Amino acid sequence: MSIHATKELQAYWKENLVIIAVHLAIWFFVSFFCGIMIVDQLDAYMIGGFPLGFWFANQGSLVTFVILIGTYVYMMNNLDKKYDVHEG
Amino acid sequence: MSILVWTWILTGLSFSLYIYIAYATRAKSTGDFYAAEQSVPPILNGMATGADWMSAASFISMAGLISFMGRDGSFYLMGWTGGYVLLAMLFGPYLRKYGKFTIPQFMGDRYYSNTVRVLALICAIFVSFTYVAGQMRGVGVVFSRFMGVSINMGVIIGMALVFFYATLGGMKGITYTQVAQYCVLITAYLIPAIFISMQLTGNPIPQLGYGSAINAAGAEMLQDPATQGKYLLDVLNGIQKDMGFGAYTSGARPRIDVWFITMSLMIGTAGLPHILIRFFTVPKMRDARSSAGWALLFIALLYTTAPAIAVFARTNFIKSIHNVEYSKAPSWFKNWEKTKLVGWKDKNGDGIMQIAKGAWDKPDTKNEVKIDQDIMVLANPEIAKLPNWVVGLIGAGGLAAALSTAAGLLLVISAAISHDLMKGIVKPDMSEKEELIWARAAAGVAVCIAGLFGIYPPGFVAQVVAFAFGLAAASFFPCILMGIFNKKANKEGALAGMAVGIIFVAAYIIYFKFVNPAFNNKDHWWFGISPEGIGTVGAALNFIVMYVVGKFTPEPPQEIQDLVGSLRYPGKLVVPPSAGH
Repeated sequence: MSIHATKELQAYWKENLVIIAVHLAIWFFVSFFCGIMIVDQLDAYMIGGFPLGFWFANQGSLVTFVILIGTYVYMMNNLDKKYDVHEG
Repeated sequence: MSILVWTWILTGLSFSLYIYIAYATRAKSTGDFYAAEQSVPPILNGMATGADWMSAASFISMAGLISFMGRDGSFYLMGWTGGYVLLAMLFGPYLRKYGKFTIPQFMGDRYYSNTVRVLALICAIFVSFTYVAGQMRGVGVVFSRFMGVSINMGVIIGMALVFFYATLGGMKGITYTQVAQYCVLITAYLIPAIFISMQLTGNPIPQLGYGSAINAAGAEMLQDPATQGKYLLDVLNGIQKDMGFGAYTSGARPRIDVWFITMSLMIGTAGLPHILIRFFTVPKMRDARSSAGWALLFIALLYTTAPAIAVFARTNFIKSIHNVEYSKAPSWFKNWEKTKLVGWKDKNGDGIMQIAKGAWDKPDTKNEVKIDQDIMVLANPEIAKLPNWVVGLIGAGGLAAALSTAAGLLLVISAAISHDLMKGIVKPDMSEKEELIWARAAAGVAVCIAGLFGIYPPGFVAQVVAFAFGLAAASFFPCILMGIFNKKANKEGALAGMAVGIIFVAAYIIYFKFVNPAFNNKDHWWFGISPEGIGTVGAALNFIVMYVVGKFTPEPPQEIQDLVGSLRYPGKLVVPPSAGH
């Protein structure tokens, strides 16, 4: 990696910021929105024996969090390769 | 074999394992002592982070707490896991790229100021001691309840063990004992839950079981044939309503408060030094990202099981105690009465135990039964009539949870003293050997102080746990975030922001918890935000002040901006061309 490639690195950082923003939007949606703000409205629907809003607050947001980190790791590893900054 | 014998065997085995690991992984250098030579594989770091994170309270108290709170308890579940998403994306990889040993050191370097470093080290020590006090007490409590030892003796045994492996092994020893402790605690937590889920619903996965229908065996266990084929949550909602409580799956707290508490717990988690330093121990930036993922997976395994245990235990407990004659009470109830975790006062003199709303020992309520939240996890296997070895596991698991968290916190305290205070400020020319002696001595002293907190628990511990999260949220989180994501964030802004954040949160909590506890209710809170949720507001204030002050004061020096730039990319490139002119 050459020292003059700062433009490339700025593009890498920008792409990283976009990926983070998308992931945090989902993070916010499942927990603060579905699990808290509209929880009572969602409770009108059932999945199995769970009212939907209750399920988001109890289980759904946690499961989504795990998946989110997984996709972030995957996308960033690809980004590292695309900009040729991946570590060994 | 009896429960007592099983508990001794399982605890003895697990303790021997910890001691063996500590001896095999003892630290030889300061790099070993503070950051395990940056050689921990991500999946193991994930397990160690999980054990570091899940404390005595998570293991023993959380499920019980949730069982009383119903849906409102979800803020613990979301709040104490959501922070890992922030850690994986906003902190972990960049702190790893920075590549040194402590959070105060990072903040001092980034804001080119020893004042920031000292402020950060004081916060780190305060937050860690607040937390560790509860852990040592937890060790004593588990020993006394399961093993017939006094609480003080239990604390001393726990102290001796932590002293041994924290001073000998430092981060390296702690990391690998935490891996073992994670395995012990998760096994101890899951096995009873799986058994009970099978018994009640036939579904072996507790996370699905508590949303399933009760089967024939389950209805028999609850001694109520009418419940067969109905959803467990519907049955519990029905029982709760009959007894005058709200439905289990609905909430009572104002939503704005739940929102702010959840946010405060999330950003507080992401700002806790003993979690942040775990990211220094992996080999590469990308390992920091994936180890946050592993950590959350391992944590979520327990945190998604907890609400299932809450539902199983509450249903079981009420069905086997409520409206039952005391003379026919199950044997576990009488056993646990001795520990004062459960109790009964026959207010109406009918010889029958009645559970209702309100305090059990006040004459003006109908409730006759005392239920301590801890009983839901501790006695759950007995209530469900599981074999003795399963009950014995709970003791070993609770100890693993408490000891692993205590060790991680003690390391933060030790590193703050030896690395930030002594080496960083008081005596920078200290040799590595000398620093290692300071590190071990500081860890030793910190263990003893933590033990004293365990033996003489200060009455204010429960109140100040909210403080630990609020403080981490209002001080560390904004400064570290801006330090990485805004090159122009400067020393003046950071100092002003931290000061405002800390003072605001401290004032709010001290007022409602100590000065005027009678006012600690939603009618007097600002905008209905409880002291537990105020860290969110403190963090927001910190951000605003940092930004505004930064606009009117000099930019950070070029080399600091270059340092920030270098944190953002993997690989060796550290100096952008602008620095060379």
